[in-house]
Amino acid sequence: MTARAAILAKIQKANDRSPTAEEAYLAWKELPRSYCCVAGADRESVILLLEGRLRDYEATVARCCEKDAVNAVESILAGRSKRRILLPEGIPSSWLPMGIEFVVDRAFDAQALNRFEGVLTCASVAVAETGTVVLQNRAGQGRRAVTLVPDYHLCVVRMDEVVATVPEAISRLQATSHLATTFISGPSATADIEMTRIKGVHGPRVLDVLLME
Amino acid sequence: MSGGALDPRTASAFPMAAKAAMSDGQMRKNVRHATEVIQAKRARVVAEMPDWQELREAGKQIRQHTMLYLDVYLEQFEDNCSRAGGVVHWARDAEEARKIVVDLVKASGSRDVIKIKSMTTEEIGLNRALEGAGIQPIETDLAELIIQLGKDQPSHIVVPALHKNRQQIREIFQREMNLLELGEDPQDLADAARKFLREKFLHVKTAVSGANFLIAETGGVCVVESEGNGRMCLTLPETLITIAGIDKVLPRFRDLEVMLQLLPRSATGERMNPYNSIWTGVNASDGPRVFHVVLLDNARTTILADHESRQTLNCIRCAACQNACPVYRQTGGHAYGSVYAGPIGAILTPQLMEMHHAQSLPYASSLCGACYEVCPVKINIPEVLIHLRNKVVRRNTSGFPGMFSPEAVAMKALAAIFRSEKRFRAAQRLGRMAEGPLVRKDGWINWLPGVLGGWTKSRDLQEMPKETFRDWWDKRGKA
Repeated sequence: MTARAAILAKIQKANDRSPTAEEAYLAWKELPRSYCCVAGADRESVILLLEGRLRDYEATVARCCEKDAVNAVESILAGRSKRRILLPEGIPSSWLPMGIEFVVDRAFDAQALNRFEGVLTCASVAVAETGTVVLQNRAGQGRRAVTLVPDYHLCVVRMDEVVATVPEAISRLQATSHLATTFISGPSATADIEMTRIKGVHGPRVLDVLLME
Repeated sequence: MSGGALDPRTASAFPMAAKAAMSDGQMRKNVRHATEVIQAKRARVVAEMPDWQELREAGKQIRQHTMLYLDVYLEQFEDNCSRAGGVVHWARDAEEARKIVVDLVKASGSRDVIKIKSMTTEEIGLNRALEGAGIQPIETDLAELIIQLGKDQPSHIVVPALHKNRQQIREIFQREMNLLELGEDPQDLADAARKFLREKFLHVKTAVSGANFLIAETGGVCVVESEGNGRMCLTLPETLITIAGIDKVLPRFRDLEVMLQLLPRSATGERMNPYNSIWTGVNASDGPRVFHVVLLDNARTTILADHESRQTLNCIRCAACQNACPVYRQTGGHAYGSVYAGPIGAILTPQLMEMHHAQSLPYASSLCGACYEVCPVKINIPEVLIHLRNKVVRRNTSGFPGMFSPEAVAMKALAAIFRSEKRFRAAQRLGRMAEGPLVRKDGWINWLPGVLGGWTKSRDLQEMPKETFRDWWDKRGKA
């Protein structure tokens, strides 16, 4: 008997039955979900909540409108003294200021990624309640390594990508749930030493978020 | 308390180990500080959630449901993960799992592997098996790195090095990383770990991880972490091997909306931990090209068969029960003789040992119920503790040898005494006479002879009253 067959048989014996996938699905649909799925707050309060929660975990937040994006990006990157920035495919060129070198990801290896000063991406969705931006492997967001190895991340979030709660975010991600997905809540951090939260261990040590109207 | 691996088969019984641990004042101070900080953070972010109790109930129901349909969901996970290019393996026990992983690492051609913190790999003793095969495992979580470099053992599920303070960590790093000038500020220590591991992340070709959740519906795997070491291991190597208990499966992607609210707030007191990674199989342009998942039973199906304690399997390893436990907070984790310490360890470990070892752990609790109150999926740990105590007693008093065990003999004698009023009165008189030489001036007894000494080892006993209620009542009637 294979390990697989042995384990499945022991489960069926423990449960005293071998249900079908259909039965499992019907029972799953009946599970109680009386927790809050959609927040009642108005848009502006949701955006303000997101800003507050991002700042709580030491991300920096700015706002701009799309036609002003290039100036906002320039001032943020200049403020961080960044000169060489990595981009996933799909970032509009109209956002990119002159005077800073932008390089589109061409399947660079880890060492090459490590030589960039930072990365600029968009997001799939942002969760106000938890101060989270969610990235998936698609246009404007790229593969997971590009937002990991460079030490700085500037993330542009469009206002219509902001939701209030985790359940709203999960429901927006459902259709593309097969894509590699990363939830990012503030810069990399640890509390392993005396439970003191320290910013920045292995992921980007600085996270800036630009909210775009 | 460092050195030897935490193995319930060879560990001292809890009362002995706890007594030894209690003499380590520094460790107790560190544990007290850390658990107080996490508890306060947890309380703050839980209070923010008006629907916390509804989330807990949903969490419990999802986990209960999963266990009832576990075979269906594991097969679904296997199908969907395989379809996306992953390779699924099944392991009946720790030995099978170790062999699968060691063989996979050998096949990948790596002489070293980078590891994400994983209690499941601790449970099966993977690092020793890898070292035995000439493969160097490199722990990349800061706390696990501290444990590995300090040749220590984890003492907490989420923050395994919480028994060490910054000075102790600095000493370990100075010695093992050869950094004589290292400061003791936590930021300096984290920076040292960043530099130490960076090269390894960029070059090592094989990684080993655990998993927080396996998603049956999509075949996806979810890992929850803080530092980014997890993302490094999941993203940069060519081969990724994930080991997960069969209990880690979730029915559908949507269930994450409950678990990703319950877990971070309960575990680290954060609204969301810095990074959650979800990936499905392999993707030619993103992450490892070879992906294996090892589904581990290791007595989980035996736990599932016990209907009174199967709720143990609902655990999502947040460690809130450890932080809340008055026993754990005094003894620290090592006294439990298992990688799973605290209340959840007290019920999980003996069951993983199929009740052959760690029989003292169900008694490592005052049954105060703090663990149940904070559990995000409402595992009634006190109820399971009592059930397991019954199992231990039944085990040790059953059969012919059991008839002569001191506990069984004492219980039978007690039963005979309580059945007859005459015998009961006689026993009370006898007790008053017998205790005479043992009572101190203040009316307390702190030492009893022979097998009775078990009672006074950890508590004092007040002397019996000079007159029983019955004697007083009789006299009163005559007066």
